[in-house]
Amino acid sequence: MIVGGISRISGPVVLSEGMRGSRMYDVVKVGEQKLNGEIIRLDNDQAVIQVYEDTTGLQIGEKVTNTGLPLSVELGPGLLSSIYDGIQRPLPLLAEKTGSFISRGVTLPGLLHDAKWEFTPKVKKGDQVSGGDIIGTVTEYHLEHRVMIPPYVSGTVKDIHGGNFTIDEPVCILDNGDQIPMLQTWPVRKGRPYQRKMDPDTLLVTGQRVFDTLFPVTKGGTAMIPGGFGTGKTVAEQTLAKWSDTQIVVYIGCGERGNEMTDVLTEFPELLDPRTKRPLIQRTILIANTSNMPVAAREASIYTGITLAEYYRDMGYDVALMADSTSRWGEALREVSGRLEEMPGEEGYPAYLATRLAAFYERAGRVVCLGSDERKGSVTVVGAVSPPGGDFSEPITQNTLRIAGTFWALDTSLAYRRHFPSVNWIKSYSLYLDQIKDWFATSGFSDWKDLRALAMYLLQKEVELQEIVQLVGPDALPESEKAILEITRMIREDFLQQSAYHDIDSFCSLEKQYWMLRVILSFYERVNQAMGKGVPLAKILKLPVKTEIGRMKELTDIEKIKDLINQIDGTLSALEAER
Amino acid sequence: MNRIPLFTKEAKAISYVSGPLIFIQNVKGVSYGEIVRIILPTGEERTGQVLDISKDIAVTQVYEGTSGIDNKETRVRFTGEPPKVKVSIEMLGRIFNGVGKPRDGGPEIIEEANLDINGMPINPSARDKPADFIQTGMSTIDGLNTLVRGQKLPIFSGAGLPANKLAAQIARQAKVLGEEEKFAVIFVAMGITYKEASFFMRDFEKTGALERVVFFMNLADDPTIERIATPRCALTAAEFLAYEHDLHVLVILTDMINYCEALREISTAREEVPGRRGYPGYMYTDLASIYERAGRVKGKKGSITQIPILTMPDDDITHPVPDLTGYITEGQIVLSRDLFRRGADPPVDTLPCLSRLMNLGIGPGKTREDHRNVADQLYASYAYGRDLRRLVAIVGEEALTELDKKYLKFADEFERQFITQGDENRSIERTLGIGWQLFTLLPEEELKRIKREFIQKYHPASQKG
Repeated sequence: MIVGGISRISGPVVLSEGMRGSRMYDVVKVGEQKLNGEIIRLDNDQAVIQVYEDTTGLQIGEKVTNTGLPLSVELGPGLLSSIYDGIQRPLPLLAEKTGSFISRGVTLPGLLHDAKWEFTPKVKKGDQVSGGDIIGTVTEYHLEHRVMIPPYVSGTVKDIHGGNFTIDEPVCILDNGDQIPMLQTWPVRKGRPYQRKMDPDTLLVTGQRVFDTLFPVTKGGTAMIPGGFGTGKTVAEQTLAKWSDTQIVVYIGCGERGNEMTDVLTEFPELLDPRTKRPLIQRTILIANTSNMPVAAREASIYTGITLAEYYRDMGYDVALMADSTSRWGEALREVSGRLEEMPGEEGYPAYLATRLAAFYERAGRVVCLGSDERKGSVTVVGAVSPPGGDFSEPITQNTLRIAGTFWALDTSLAYRRHFPSVNWIKSYSLYLDQIKDWFATSGFSDWKDLRALAMYLLQKEVELQEIVQLVGPDALPESEKAILEITRMIREDFLQQSAYHDIDSFCSLEKQYWMLRVILSFYERVNQAMGKGVPLAKILKLPVKTEIGRMKELTDIEKIKDLINQIDGTLSALEAER
Repeated sequence: MNRIPLFTKEAKAISYVSGPLIFIQNVKGVSYGEIVRIILPTGEERTGQVLDISKDIAVTQVYEGTSGIDNKETRVRFTGEPPKVKVSIEMLGRIFNGVGKPRDGGPEIIEEANLDINGMPINPSARDKPADFIQTGMSTIDGLNTLVRGQKLPIFSGAGLPANKLAAQIARQAKVLGEEEKFAVIFVAMGITYKEASFFMRDFEKTGALERVVFFMNLADDPTIERIATPRCALTAAEFLAYEHDLHVLVILTDMINYCEALREISTAREEVPGRRGYPGYMYTDLASIYERAGRVKGKKGSITQIPILTMPDDDITHPVPDLTGYITEGQIVLSRDLFRRGADPPVDTLPCLSRLMNLGIGPGKTREDHRNVADQLYASYAYGRDLRRLVAIVGEEALTELDKKYLKFADEFERQFITQGDENRSIERTLGIGWQLFTLLPEEELKRIKREFIQKYHPASQKG
């Protein structure tokens, strides 16, 4: 074991001498209090260490001990519904041990090592197994937790039994003597292996109209949500965590507010997953490294989170990972880089910011997992970005733009008028439209792409018309263009706006979304026809069916929404007949 | 880090002085973050804190400034302790300086505890959910941006705007409905003028609240670097009063811009890579270590609610200080020069305002079932009305449709009746009542944000009929 001594302390960065032989990213214990740290640079026999805990009180010359292991997480049954800090210390246990405030130098395992789990074997003696093969299952809440052979291990099963085991006890023994327990440990900075990546072709249904219908993200895709403060990034992330149709959700609160985590912790046990009818917390893993917790652990929290996500992906599940906010992670990089006195790049961020961001987002994807059964799993990454001053030209937004597949631009002026989600429909885009066209078709919405295109065309047209109105007033527009303005107002208010707190509207099924848009657009077509026959627009706008359209959100019965198309037709035909 | 120093290290060891920093040589046994006593040749004693140590140099910031310090005769003594503040329930009614020493001429307090001013981060899983509605008596806050216990809600002001009046009014009127609980106010002055500080003092005196208030005063002519410690001392006292004495503590911090400037001064003196506008890159983390000390903790009766006040330079909300603050705090109350000129009192510009914890404090059993809907509708309608004003400026009011004219009127009346309230202390019922009264200016089918049942129950028109 390599033991060195502290030679410099500057905030979260500590220099240690006598560390020759250490490897990059080895975990070290710093000082008498054994603070957790990680080696981030080697220079002759000096090592630069970022410390995951407050360094106040450290002295020059105190001992630094290298554990010889990279920063790793424990993987196994018992992860679901946990809440961890950035280096996978379970926060409730930490609170039991040290009280309501986090004190330093405490090391706790991520999983419970004395809990017993009922293991059911899926292979038998004599079977050939290799990395990723499922050897048995454990029930974790309602989820079938698949116990896998760790990557790079293979052999013939010599012994396997069902029964109650702790995660450390071997459940399977191979002929080469390898003992396989349920527990796996994995270094967080290294992506877990898979057979091959696949093209994303399945929609991640989020139950949010502006996301699913206008700017969809796929399972295994990446999305970014940039927005100034108060534009609803966190609400959007939490909404996605609640309603995304994945089996597992990993939610990383990276350098954000403590009260928000409390919010998730109290709300998720009460809310039910609309698909499984189980409490949402049972499919969720929370990583909470709030803004007042140490900076270096904030940097690690993103990697801890995605490694947990990859583990469930490897079982063949769809996982959604929410990172709120990646800007705080970038700032942690910047702070450490500044202390290292590295040459700064743009706005003081290190030059390797873009590489690190890309490496993180590329760990998302839909893959064929390791193992002989060719099962498929996915990790979808949704990263919030907090650009200073709401200015999207800053480095983190720009570098993320190059990698993310879907861009949900949140807009301060929409948020000011309480248009939520405040996604700007002109700036946002999704690169997955072509890839999931077929998915929509097989799901029974074959004209989705056309409807979407028409809606987007009208919204784009509205911007042009608004400019004219600003110059010459609304009266100067011809009737047909006034009609467009009325329809786009409907699209904005009656379709795009969706309250995250409404008991019915907070989750909108894909079918309902589709029919809501159909109703609005058929109203548009029907109005055009009627105006062609000489019905004045003012008269149409007074129709009670317009109010009915405005109340569609509150309906639960899809048939009633479909019926609106007939109502529109009926009332407009009546008007035409009056002429 | 409560090390007892093996020997009191005192030496003439200063090698370099620059701005607020001194560099001390021969620093064996010095610990990171510890407090240093600096004894000037005149006998004057000052306090510093270690910011960076390497093998032979300790960089130390001096709270009272470096004027008069030399690198020959001045001696330094390491204490082996982090900066601490003495706290006690007796602090109520007293005035302290920026580092927690009495400045009202009274005796030293008899300490119940001597605590590290940096505190420790609250374990997120030990936090309790803020849920108690605080009625501030201000319509723009109670109705639209509700404050709850344990929240941090800053006031973004501009030079010359009456942020102090608003803060004092909130401190005076704030109460939790149906409860008579022990409360305390901690007033933290950072670099404000004597005039501003005495405004608050007189206001507290007038209402007889003075004995429930603790003042921490670092005025404009007090040492700048002391400001780094001031909010931390105050919040340590707040935590003590809230979690040991079960008080509900309201902390008013003013002015955060002065705090950040002190931070920038140290950062520049340390020759760090500057971030936006010269502020250090770690300012977000630093501010978070102050703001995140608001909250409630499971199993403790007390709570800490923060109202930081900051003056936006040139009314610019994208300036780094308001910007980072907005990213950490749970919302913001923004004052507007435009409304101020037009006589709104308080001139709260509701559109950029926000309370992120609003939903936790409102609704049936807390305020009223229609509260959320009313707030959403007021926002949407007022925002539309404001948009129309711009249009009117170009094409004139005549060009508007009948409906748009109604919205225009709505926006005017909203500012006149809802925002403006002067010294009136409004109950939440009254605030919502004014909201409904304003809705009568609009056709009923425009009230899309409100559930039909609430319209039937609360709309003045349907109540008459």
